[in-house]
Amino acid sequence: MASVIIKTAGLLTTVQDTGRYGYQRYGMPVSGAMDTFSCELANLLVGNDPGDACLEATVTGPEMIFTGETTVAVTGADMGPQINGMSIPLNTAVGVKQGDRLGFTGLKSGCRSYIAFAGGINVPPVMGSRSTYLRAGIGGYQGRALIEGDQLPLGEASTIPGKELPPGEARSLIPGEEMPLGETREKARIRQLLSIPEGLIPGYRHEQTIRVIPGPEAHYFEIEGLRSFLSTEYRVTAQSDRMGYRLSGETIMHREGKAGIISAGISAGTVQVPGDGQPIVLMADRQTSGGYARIANVISVDMTLLAQMKPGDTIRFRETTLDHARQLYIDRHRQITGALCNQLMP
Amino acid sequence: MSEAVLKYIPSGDSAFIIKAGDEISEEINATVRKLLTRLEKEKISGVTDFIPSYNELMVCYDPSVLDYNQLLEIFRSCAADLSTMELPEADVIHVPVLYGGEYGPDLHYVAELNGLTEDEVIRIHSSVACLVYMLGFTPGFCYLGGMDTRIATPRRETPRLKIPAGSVGIAGDQTGIYPLESPGGWQLIGRTPLRLFSPDKKPEFLFKAGDYIRFSPVEMDEYNHILEKASAGSYQVKRTPKE
Repeated sequence: MASVIIKTAGLLTTVQDTGRYGYQRYGMPVSGAMDTFSCELANLLVGNDPGDACLEATVTGPEMIFTGETTVAVTGADMGPQINGMSIPLNTAVGVKQGDRLGFTGLKSGCRSYIAFAGGINVPPVMGSRSTYLRAGIGGYQGRALIEGDQLPLGEASTIPGKELPPGEARSLIPGEEMPLGETREKARIRQLLSIPEGLIPGYRHEQTIRVIPGPEAHYFEIEGLRSFLSTEYRVTAQSDRMGYRLSGETIMHREGKAGIISAGISAGTVQVPGDGQPIVLMADRQTSGGYARIANVISVDMTLLAQMKPGDTIRFRETTLDHARQLYIDRHRQITGALCNQLMP
Repeated sequence: MSEAVLKYIPSGDSAFIIKAGDEISEEINATVRKLLTRLEKEKISGVTDFIPSYNELMVCYDPSVLDYNQLLEIFRSCAADLSTMELPEADVIHVPVLYGGEYGPDLHYVAELNGLTEDEVIRIHSSVACLVYMLGFTPGFCYLGGMDTRIATPRRETPRLKIPAGSVGIAGDQTGIYPLESPGGWQLIGRTPLRLFSPDKKPEFLFKAGDYIRFSPVEMDEYNHILEKASAGSYQVKRTPKE
């Protein structure tokens, strides 16, 4: 079975899947990919279950060498992925051979890349998940972020997915990038398999509109507080991590004495507002419960946009309805499976 | 408990809150636990997790499988059964604690502040069974009720950067145990040799919501003996039925 040897780790590279569910009642955070959509996509492209373990790279990508033949796909942030120094497209499955080297030139857009390998990363599951939860040092690869020299075992791959794309089609998947002349042999070596049409991937920008549904304590806020929240810009601060995004902007006014609540559950995308009026959006490593008023919840489809934002980026929140949020979620799911199925058809 | 007191509130498009009341009380918390038991029995496809807290049950779900209205219907029909439901008898879990000294560096302060001797603080702290209302904050951390207010002590002004796992502390009128090594501002009065969280064992967590915890003072020899057995996984935690 092929494995992956880490040559350089990047800023923060961890093994993640779609999360550790079933233990939140014991205070165990879900963890898993910050951008679950991109994680699932990467897995689907290489023929894995959407919930298999892949790598989450943050801001700067890792460099790695393959000890055998496998299929790899990179989704999420564009960090300029390359195999043996040659650019490969995002959102596309690529075949690699023993000794091939996957690296990244540098961040162009977004914040987190997901790298999936056929068969998934075969680290032992802890409490039903291979996600790394750094604060407790459990899951993933020895409960920690990857470092140089780590060797990740890969699981057994399903049959290589899809037909190979003809080289012409494959080239068009790298927008604005021409394959250097005289590299036909190299080109043939990098087999492009399944890919996701570009239109289905959200654009990562430094300013985003993030849609929310009013939260259980929306009525704990003054009207002007709600107006600040929904009509002014909030900046992602440097105190943002896998646990939560701390935002800064116009103070969101609580009604008198209404900042605190009896500690209660929080879900992915819950927006809490502590007494200082500065919102916090809870992310993958969020604690399971919190004691601040919950003004709103980010809708599931927009979590992928949020997870790709960096300190300094700005957010405008916009209210939407539960029905609309669900419809968007279902539509996206259909479009992706539709696009993949079309390619799998003979 | 009638259905009328329950409030149903969406928490985004993938979680749902059932609120059983607006205060911290054993009765409201029991309703939350009954709801959890009842809904788990329902094995609702698409439900991914439950987070019970003092006065709420959060139900996490996959919006591609379930929608709000379907869930609401299921919740309403399950809630109708609560009035006739009995929770299983609660366990009192006996938690050995080595009080004072280097393991409980703030015991002296807690005693002095409350005009008690150290022995009196120990006796008061270990004389009641405290309800585990909920777990949260960090894996395995219990929010406990029922501590005697005679030993209530405000948090330390300067939190410690490193508190060892198993430390038993007081913050205001709450007592609790640190399951993992972490920073914190609680007044530390002792330490338990028990492991609250063992990710590689079954069950992974020593406590669950609805259990009662009773602290029981031990001396250094016994502490070390239990620590050895607990580390090897062979310590049998003492459980007695709640009277």
